[in-house]
Amino acid sequence: MNGGKRKWKALIVDDEELARKLLREMLSSHPEIEIVAECGNGMEAVKAAGEHKPDLLFLDVQMPKLTGFDVLELIDRAGLAIIFVTAFDQYAMKAFDVHAVDYLLKPFSRERFEAALERAKSQEGRKVVDAGELAAASRPVGQYAERIVVKDGTKVTLIAVNKLDYAEALDDYVSLVSEGKKHLKQQTISGLEMALDPVMFVRIHRSYIVNLERVARIEPYGKDSKVAILANGVKLPVSRAGYARLKTLLEDQD
Amino acid sequence: MSASAAVFSCRTAPLSRTPIWRILLIHVTAATVLTVFWVKVGSVVAHEMDALSGWKGTYKEYTQKTGLLYGAGEFYYLLSVAVQYALIAQKASQEAQERAVESSVRAREAELSALKAQINPHFLYNSLNSISALTSIDPARAREMCVSLADFLRLTLGMGEKAVIPLSEEVGLLEKYCAIEKVRFGERLKVNEEIQEEAKECLLPPLLLQPLFENAVVHGIAQMAEGGWIRLRATRNGERISLTVENSWDPEAGSSRKNGVGLKNVQRRLEARYGNDAQLQATAEDEVFRVNLSFPAETEKAT
Repeated sequence: MNGGKRKWKALIVDDEELARKLLREMLSSHPEIEIVAECGNGMEAVKAAGEHKPDLLFLDVQMPKLTGFDVLELIDRAGLAIIFVTAFDQYAMKAFDVHAVDYLLKPFSRERFEAALERAKSQEGRKVVDAGELAAASRPVGQYAERIVVKDGTKVTLIAVNKLDYAEALDDYVSLVSEGKKHLKQQTISGLEMALDPVMFVRIHRSYIVNLERVARIEPYGKDSKVAILANGVKLPVSRAGYARLKTLLEDQD
Repeated sequence: MSASAAVFSCRTAPLSRTPIWRILLIHVTAATVLTVFWVKVGSVVAHEMDALSGWKGTYKEYTQKTGLLYGAGEFYYLLSVAVQYALIAQKASQEAQERAVESSVRAREAELSALKAQINPHFLYNSLNSISALTSIDPARAREMCVSLADFLRLTLGMGEKAVIPLSEEVGLLEKYCAIEKVRFGERLKVNEEIQEEAKECLLPPLLLQPLFENAVVHGIAQMAEGGWIRLRATRNGERISLTVENSWDPEAGSSRKNGVGLKNVQRRLEARYGNDAQLQATAEDEVFRVNLSFPAETEKAT
């Protein structure tokens, strides 16, 4: 591809104004990069990413309401080069290293900035990193998601994991059922399973994860399959492997 | 034999926890019983010796000296008791000394780890990033920020050597801290102080309030897109001082203070200095997080 002629659309996301200004200044010597928007929080970032379809994203990690990881889960990442800009500790940075997304540690030098920019530009065509996997890798061992972010149209909803009844796999999506509502999210059910606390949630079937607290009883169904009946009457299929997992979990709790 | 009996009776009747009449009763009874027993044993032995040797003198001589034997028996027993009590007292004082050393070591450790925790590396990195941004946008402010940061570090490191500082000094440090964070957060951070005049000279362990402010920034202000406020109130009510740090926070932000390392540290430092005389209360309600500290008011002149 002809990198010299190509125009790049960049989005800057940081809750600190000075941090955004610094990036803008460093980008000013790159005429091939056009800053399409600056966002002060994750909600704005999700909206701006939908509107402008940027090629390059400068993303802070710790921000109010939605973190940088949350933003990644909610936007279309196809063809998007991501550079994290953060004062996060080295430990979390390992996650980025593993997943080969570049990052800038605050404060950073001009040279480091240029190197990250080059790397991001050459990322074209790279496979899309699963955002859920990235978030899971950045969490310390033994810590699980406390909430799940979903986007219904343009509206962003935060679901506390203890309010999640169950999740169902639907092709490339998962349907998350919470407080009587269904929310669709582009994520694999395995990715979701990794984010959830295995003491609270069980994969009872290839296509289902259930909140253990919601399960009222298990009943036989047909010859050798079973069905889980939730407190609100919803019935979910339980596979043989799922039943085994359920049993060990229930026995462990006794 | 008297001595080992004394060990037992002294352990069962420690001086400090037994009424005097009971101590006397126990030891006089023990002395009498033991002496009578030994004198009797002695007389039986003397009798047997006479029977074996055929000479009748031993028993006779023995019975003549029984009075003396009674006296000596009682005396040796009571002497053993006195020695035993002295040993117990010495051991107790040694243990008390060890405990005192241990608790002062623990207080010192709490102090050190509190100080180490004061300077949050993220605070430094973010501040340096702000300076980096300001160097080209607003060089004068960049210099100001460098000076604020240097002042803050100097104060923080200097305070670590003191056991206590006046509240006014701690407030000075908090103002520096907030000045730096205001450069980062701009309009998002609002700070309000209500400090009673009489409270200013009251003493407190250095950097006691700083971690509470840092918590307020990290868990409160930084989690709210529109920003929020921190308020410090200090009042002196005669013998006690009450310090309250409040901040606005978003209950839905998910950044709870589950592990609360900062709060625990403050609690430990209060305990190390004031023992049970200090209270720490943390409450979260109506989008306000509040920490109240209350401890004895001390001033430079009084101590």
